[in-house]
Amino acid sequence: MNICPTEAIRVRNGKAILYENRCVDCGECFKACPVSAISIDQDDFNRIQAFKHRIALVPAVFFGQFPEEVTHNQIYTAILANGFTHIYEVETSVDLLEQEIKAYLKAHPEKKPLISSFCPAIIRLVQVKFPALTENIMLLKPPLDITALYCRKELTDKGINPAEIGVFYITPCAAKIAAIKSPVGEDYSMITGVINMDTLYNKVYKFIRTDRSINPVVIPKKPLSKTAWQWALTHGEASHVPGRCLAIDEIHNVIEFLEKIENDEIGDINFLELRACDESCAGGVLLSANRFLVAERLRSYAPVPKDEITENDSIFAYTDYLLRRISIRPINSRSMMKLDENMEEAMRKMDKASQMLQCLPLTDCGACGSPNCQAFANDIALGEADIRQCIFIQKNREQTGELTPDESLEMMKSIWGNDKFFKNRK
Amino acid sequence: MQFEYAIEDGNFTKAGDASSSFKKILKQLNVDPQIIKRIVVSMYEGEVNIVAHANGGKVICNVDTSRVNIKLIDKGPGIPDIAKAMQAGYSTASAKVREMGFGAGMGLQNIKNNSDELNIKSEVGVGTTLEIIVNLPKAG
Repeated sequence: MNICPTEAIRVRNGKAILYENRCVDCGECFKACPVSAISIDQDDFNRIQAFKHRIALVPAVFFGQFPEEVTHNQIYTAILANGFTHIYEVETSVDLLEQEIKAYLKAHPEKKPLISSFCPAIIRLVQVKFPALTENIMLLKPPLDITALYCRKELTDKGINPAEIGVFYITPCAAKIAAIKSPVGEDYSMITGVINMDTLYNKVYKFIRTDRSINPVVIPKKPLSKTAWQWALTHGEASHVPGRCLAIDEIHNVIEFLEKIENDEIGDINFLELRACDESCAGGVLLSANRFLVAERLRSYAPVPKDEITENDSIFAYTDYLLRRISIRPINSRSMMKLDENMEEAMRKMDKASQMLQCLPLTDCGACGSPNCQAFANDIALGEADIRQCIFIQKNREQTGELTPDESLEMMKSIWGNDKFFKNRK
Repeated sequence: MQFEYAIEDGNFTKAGDASSSFKKILKQLNVDPQIIKRIVVSMYEGEVNIVAHANGGKVICNVDTSRVNIKLIDKGPGIPDIAKAMQAGYSTASAKVREMGFGAGMGLQNIKNNSDELNIKSEVGVGTTLEIIVNLPKAG
């Protein structure tokens, strides 16, 4: 509850509930939960079989999870053995996007500091917590969406029926799932379904460990550049953008920095690469390997020199097609901070909340089911909590006789559930 | 509604805290994000002035549904010639400080550009009061 950077979690009836309008899908709660009570919805793996042509969109960090002795060709082989017909690395489109970001920066000097559209959790964070900065978001598709467009187009051009193509993204985090299921700045997503990275990792690693009989296939592959391999890591974008750029990872760090940007305290910054996870996508909640190790492996992958990549067999053959479709619509703000739509009413509620706060102990213990005393005071003002949920208020009122011990026990049960109160009675 | 913040003299680590706190309140009151930005930018500019030049002071913010009124009150050296101080580029800072690019000489201009009304009362040796007014549109 306390871990949530947007204070979206409350405890009621022994369960954590979520204010969905505040949630930015950052995955912090998923990382923190000691009993793995929070799961991330994905599509049924068998759903891929509904398509004749089954594309796996695999991000670079997937490869970084395997020990050094596992070759990329083994990984490709195992992915295909698990039912996919085609594999595209998500970062295939990075070299194209890199050029486009530079052009975009030149064309939109008024948008400085430009905020990268790469991390969907950051876009949502800006929408709910920093509404004034939505104008600074770069309106270009992230690599995932560009590559999805590209692989569909390439296969259709080969004469494949578009209805028979299923594009499945192997996701490292929850935010990308939300971005696909309810896209921001786009009408619909080019991606058919989502497979959690840990699910495919287990299947692929099992295959590699057990099925040694099959010779690895060698895929005539369009190799990723060094830039592309490292794009999803911290500094992956910022190190290629001219001018003053900052790369900030981990959502609390990002919040701290955006507060300053919003006050106009820091001027003259060209570009901000902001990522919700520590070590960026290498720290995605659905990754299995240690994030530092994943980042180190991706940095070590030897790139193919750029001049060996010919225009014809690369994404650049589709430059015009993709650039016509690379824009996204302006991002709306959806502030979660407001106490009420109506300002007069909001002022009344704020008054009530500050009166409530004066009665509260300011211990931020969380026993009331809200993350801290201020959030609890706001919950009361919004009519979503009762001041008697505060354990200190209960003690006081028991003393004065306003509340019986039975009543206060019921109150606590309504927050934390019955079970918590029987543990030591057996 | 009124909110008051004390500004410490010379404590740059805390410069901006008052603006950030007030910003949070304006967001809770559902003020338009672009208007919040203008209010906070001008308040921050004034806040830093008090920390840097004016021996500390206080900020009193008043909000109603039609406008936000921010009074920045300091006990600093005062401004001898307000008209001159309002000229873009005018600064008492040394050439060396200006070269450092802290935007010397642009502070009051920046506040004026971001507010609907700016009133300055100043007495040399006694202090300065900056009154920043930003109007809020009816809807919302």
